[in-house]
Amino acid sequence: MTIWWQRFKESYLLYSFRRDRVAMVSFGVLVFLILVGILAPLAAPFNPYDADSIDIMNSEIPPSWMEAGEKSFLLGTDIQGRDLLSTMIYGLRLSIMIGCGAVLLQALLGVMVGLAAGYLGGRVDSILMRLADIQLSFPYLMVAIFISAIFQVAFGIGRYEEMAVPLLVVIIGLAEWPVYARTVRASVLGEKNKEYVEAARVIGLSPGLIMIRHILPNTMTSVLVISTIQVANAVMSEAALSFLGLGMPVTKPSLGSLIRSGFEYIFSGSWWITLFPGFLLVILVLVINLLGDWLRDVLNPKLYKG
Amino acid sequence: MFAFIIRRLIQAIIVMLVISLVGFSIKNRIGDPVRDLVGERVTPAEREVIRDRLGLNDPFLAQYVRFVSNAARGDLGLSFFHKRPALEVILSKLPATLELVIGATLIIILVSLPVGIYTAIFPRSRLSRFTMGFSTLGVSIPVFLTAIMLIYVFSVELNWLPSYGRGETVDLWGWETGFLTWDGLTHLFLPSISLASITLPLFIRLIRSEMMEVLETEYIKFAWAKGLHARRVWLVHAFKNTLLPVITVFGVQIGIMFAFTILTETVFQWQGMGFMFLEAVERSDISLLVAYLVFVGAMFVVVNTVVDLIYGLVNPTVRISGAS
Repeated sequence: MTIWWQRFKESYLLYSFRRDRVAMVSFGVLVFLILVGILAPLAAPFNPYDADSIDIMNSEIPPSWMEAGEKSFLLGTDIQGRDLLSTMIYGLRLSIMIGCGAVLLQALLGVMVGLAAGYLGGRVDSILMRLADIQLSFPYLMVAIFISAIFQVAFGIGRYEEMAVPLLVVIIGLAEWPVYARTVRASVLGEKNKEYVEAARVIGLSPGLIMIRHILPNTMTSVLVISTIQVANAVMSEAALSFLGLGMPVTKPSLGSLIRSGFEYIFSGSWWITLFPGFLLVILVLVINLLGDWLRDVLNPKLYKG
Repeated sequence: MFAFIIRRLIQAIIVMLVISLVGFSIKNRIGDPVRDLVGERVTPAEREVIRDRLGLNDPFLAQYVRFVSNAARGDLGLSFFHKRPALEVILSKLPATLELVIGATLIIILVSLPVGIYTAIFPRSRLSRFTMGFSTLGVSIPVFLTAIMLIYVFSVELNWLPSYGRGETVDLWGWETGFLTWDGLTHLFLPSISLASITLPLFIRLIRSEMMEVLETEYIKFAWAKGLHARRVWLVHAFKNTLLPVITVFGVQIGIMFAFTILTETVFQWQGMGFMFLEAVERSDISLLVAYLVFVGAMFVVVNTVVDLIYGLVNPTVRISGAS
């Protein structure tokens, strides 16, 4: 443990992190958002899922600093009379959860396919990669919208909304795995002819073991780099699907569905229901993107040596 | 070259077959054409007769073959809601979507080229830094949020531009166009900007980095040494060679933009294909949904195949690497 800590403290990663102010600020904001999301029941002043605490008479109250605002509702309330800040915090939690879940699924699928295609080669490779190519020739958002539309029609809207969280994870996971498959395959092809793999083969280890224990750890850098960007993408996709009405229902809103429900009221001047969740969403995505950019610059050896 | 064309065409056909198989299974498993035809008030016995007559009790494969051969002839079934052939419904919505994409493309070209070139030539100027920072932010703003903010500022607060619909359109040989009326153009403005916003930052960055790379090359140095006019070096010598990779990416991005039209059309209630698709989902209009899936799938496959073939013509390495 102490050795690991020592190595981390002396690593180039930490060194460049401490020299990059943008990365440090983004990391701080991201950690704060994640903490608020995890601790939503403690952090939020109200519980938006608790029907008892919601009063329809409180609907569309503007933020507290405006004339008609009330002190107890800091950012105002939405159309159902829920405290907007609390609803946003719970929505943030859902967005982060779905984003991370979807990326885990993408990574699992993509890494398995990429490892198999890269290491086994031959026919397996060409079939799997052709499949990935075909899916990549369609925009991932289009694929996600199609899958979710099909699911919604197949399950019916009621059941779809009940199972929205796992379904969204599956939808976004299925829509974006080829990105991982391609990256992992490329790095496997780079690793596979190195001596350590040959040595492992000579002592008679099985292909499965070589792939997972020996090659996989060496492809992790590229997986890590695309994962950050992919989380941002997944959060965006989730928001887009929810905005289209193909994602989280209004009773359990994510940031996207909150924007959707507020959009109908923007013409009557209730801008806060849309703009505050939108603002939070942009900050979340921006911070992840900035961290991803930084990580790519640091971990990509081609860039930092050159 | 001939082998390459054949291989690419076979691949396109396989992809189309896969898409049609997906579409057909949805139709077969979820949809009920008899209900679409006669509604709910017909006895089960009569339904069975209709089912038999329509061939819905045939084996899966036989029905699939029929579906594909009908689709190949341009018959994608009837829309349950519109009571018209699905393909006809889709084609009637196509002009609106295309105009949106064209509008966004024009904005992208008009903005990204000058800005990209400027930021490449003067990377240290304040305006360039501002643009680069802004483009990072731009990538992180979802397209529907841009659209909503535009509506809020220009339609709700300032009341300058209309916020929904296509406005007045003119019938131009069967093509309902909004390009020819002032009203139609004002309606096109906000949707095009929001659709362009998603790819604009990417293009500015791309043009900038390509141009900066070209400006470092030997022949540009030689052009300076020759004493050419600065404008001539930048715009004629350097710019020409940044265009090729930009055009390549542009082809891909138009496809992606097409996906984002679904979002833009929803916000602006733009009567295009994406709006129609979401309506079909809400109404469980399965044959229209499947027709849309097959139509858009076919569109992408055709465009991708054509682009690949052109690549193969221009760049021989594509042909060779594709063979392995």
